Amino acid sequence: MTVRELMDDGRFRVVSPGENEDRKVDTVFCCDLLSVAMGRAPSGCAWVTVMGNMNTLAVASLTDAACVILAEGAVLDETARKKAGEQGITVLATEEPIFETALEIYKRL
Amino acid sequence: MEDAIILKYGISPDDFTRAGEASSDVKSKLKQMGVSPEAVRKVAIAMYEGEINMVIHAKGGEITVQITPDRIIMELADVGPGIPDVELAMKAGYSTAPDEIRSLGFGAGMGLPNMKKYTDEMKIDTTVGVGTTITMVVKL
Repeated sequence: MTVRELMDDGRFRVVSPGENEDRKVDTVFCCDLLSVAMGRAPSGCAWVTVMGNMNTLAVASLTDAACVILAEGAVLDETARKKAGEQGITVLATEEPIFETALEIYKRL
Repeated sequence: MEDAIILKYGISPDDFTRAGEASSDVKSKLKQMGVSPEAVRKVAIAMYEGEINMVIHAKGGEITVQITPDRIIMELADVGPGIPDVELAMKAGYSTAPDEIRSLGFGAGMGLPNMKKYTDEMKIDTTVGVGTTITMVVKL
């Protein structure tokens, strides 16, 4: 599944479209502690988290995540949203809990 | 090391909105140079952890990155408080980060262990009250 397919799914709100729509989503990763995500997020993952700050985007970019999905209605603050646009990072959002969100994506990988 | 490319970055203290800019810049430069994605990821993660540490614990500092045909050497030098017990600081889960850093999702005591995990060599020179210099090598 590609990032574009996730965006077109209708299940998620597109917070920042990003610049890598054709990127393949290889796996799903769930973690809210950025210190842990930094060491563990696999390259090419859809990262499901409730942590929506500037540093989330830095971690997503540096670990080479395919996209960030904010669950539980978590929001990106304005500075972070701008940064996502500048860095071309895809950020999606949903009201669903983390587990259900990750499971749905996993089923369709 | 005649054919080394050298990049230098000044790191500002207490500026969390800019933390990671140096690492992101190195990441995109390495990508442009055609360095393998796995090596780019290792350098980016290790350097970001170091950069964050300099913002949290030290009064900023300077990062020098040397890119040679067979390795990438990162030197992170700060004039911070130094690390009194390096062995303890290297233990996963040990942290002296303040609460406001934890509320951002950091401060779980994974920084130094992650830096070690993602690099091929890592050396810590530290003197309490003077500062810390960490040198990390990722082989290509």
